[in-house]
Amino acid sequence: MTRLVVVGASLAGLRAVEAVRRDGFDGEVTLVGAEEHLPYDRPPLSKEYLAADESPDTRYREEETFAGDLDVELLLGTPASALDTAARTLTVGDRTVSYDGLVIATGAHARTLPGTEGIEGVHTVRTLDDAIALRAALRGGARRLTVVGAGFIGSEVASVGRKLGLEVTILEALETPLARAVGERMGRALTHLHRRRGTEVRTGVAVDEVVATDGRVRAVRLADGTEVATDVLVVGIGARPATDWLEGSGLTLDDGVVADETLAAAPGVYVAGDIARWPNALFTDVAEGTMRLEHWTSAAEQGGRAARHAVDPASAKPYETVPYFWSDWYDGRVQFVGIATGDHVEVVAGDDAEGGPFTAIYRAGGRIVGALAVDMPAEVMKYRRLIGKRQSWDDALELAEQRRQQRAERAQGASA
Amino acid sequence: MRIVVDWDRCTGMGMCESLAPDIFEVDDDGSLILHTEEVTQDQEAEVREAVAACPTEALSLEGPIET
Repeated sequence: MTRLVVVGASLAGLRAVEAVRRDGFDGEVTLVGAEEHLPYDRPPLSKEYLAADESPDTRYREEETFAGDLDVELLLGTPASALDTAARTLTVGDRTVSYDGLVIATGAHARTLPGTEGIEGVHTVRTLDDAIALRAALRGGARRLTVVGAGFIGSEVASVGRKLGLEVTILEALETPLARAVGERMGRALTHLHRRRGTEVRTGVAVDEVVATDGRVRAVRLADGTEVATDVLVVGIGARPATDWLEGSGLTLDDGVVADETLAAAPGVYVAGDIARWPNALFTDVAEGTMRLEHWTSAAEQGGRAARHAVDPASAKPYETVPYFWSDWYDGRVQFVGIATGDHVEVVAGDDAEGGPFTAIYRAGGRIVGALAVDMPAEVMKYRRLIGKRQSWDDALELAEQRRQQRAERAQGASA
Repeated sequence: MRIVVDWDRCTGMGMCESLAPDIFEVDDDGSLILHTEEVTQDQEAEVREAVAACPTEALSLEGPIET
């Protein structure tokens, strides 16, 4: 094994090259990125980055770190366009790059509304350039912000909009926002967070057309004919894995690149981050099939894991994880661990009726499989351990009881 | 070996606690409690995992393991 190539220069790609260097891999390492930018931290882009008075520097590492300590060749600014797994080569612009081991971590593209390309004032939030443009729009005298999609990105942008003093409306196609991510009841609970901060949430509505005047967005027309006037429109309707360039490569593409439990997609080829679809052995008993995550934590872990496997396939081990994501809404934080499928959700702390603070746990197959916390940062990680160890529902309820007692004791101590 | 926390970066995300609960704990207000600064040989693997898992890169390690 002499040459590792990592395609995709975001978090998973960065962690890939760092992991093998830390392990002492002394072959050549090349990192290919579609954007001109050095790897940067994406989570802040839909959060504090948009509200900050000065543009924060979100780069993970300086250019010198790649050339120096990491000894990584950077090929930035041109996306990979083709892969030949038999010849073990990929095409980047007019270059052919050969590899012995390959990590694919090309991420995902923001979904857009058809027909809105080129309309001024319509934004997505995925890349640093997206965030720079949206930040300028939100702070450039806009009065009204409309967000299509009540998912996590849309909710974070709505939160920032309110913080900046804009009138904010969220338009959501589903009757219950986030039902797939956190379940129906918890989706309703999270919607309260918006309403109590003055964000209007309209559910079960379909966007018919984005209305523009002189090339600038003016309103959104809904299927029932009503118009929602707006100065800025943010489209937060999810992302699609960036796998177009792999058509015809022989890899199995199915909403991501399909891999085995060790993240292998073909001999010498491993996947990481938003494009990786793999069987997460921790949950295959309660949720059939494969899983694809778009979370910081799994991208970081998979990046390191995929690269280690790529340089030493004989050492490859199954990768299993308890998914974790967080989302910052207004002045609070939503945290979720595990998966949201199951037959029962129980609120074990606080009250979800008004949107929290609260903690809820999810049951499937007689064990705890998920936990959601709103503004209770001390709780959720304690359940993450139980989920990772496949502990029973009763164990989870016991922990919940312990935590209740601890909180009561502290409250008593504080008032004494 | 000592754990160094960049308190400006830490936002109490809690990944460290889920990987090394004897050492890290997130308090009710989201602040991090460090139960011990010094890392023993037994703890090294899980602490390294916790450091790598921090979404804000607020954790680092300094110095050699005391034996």
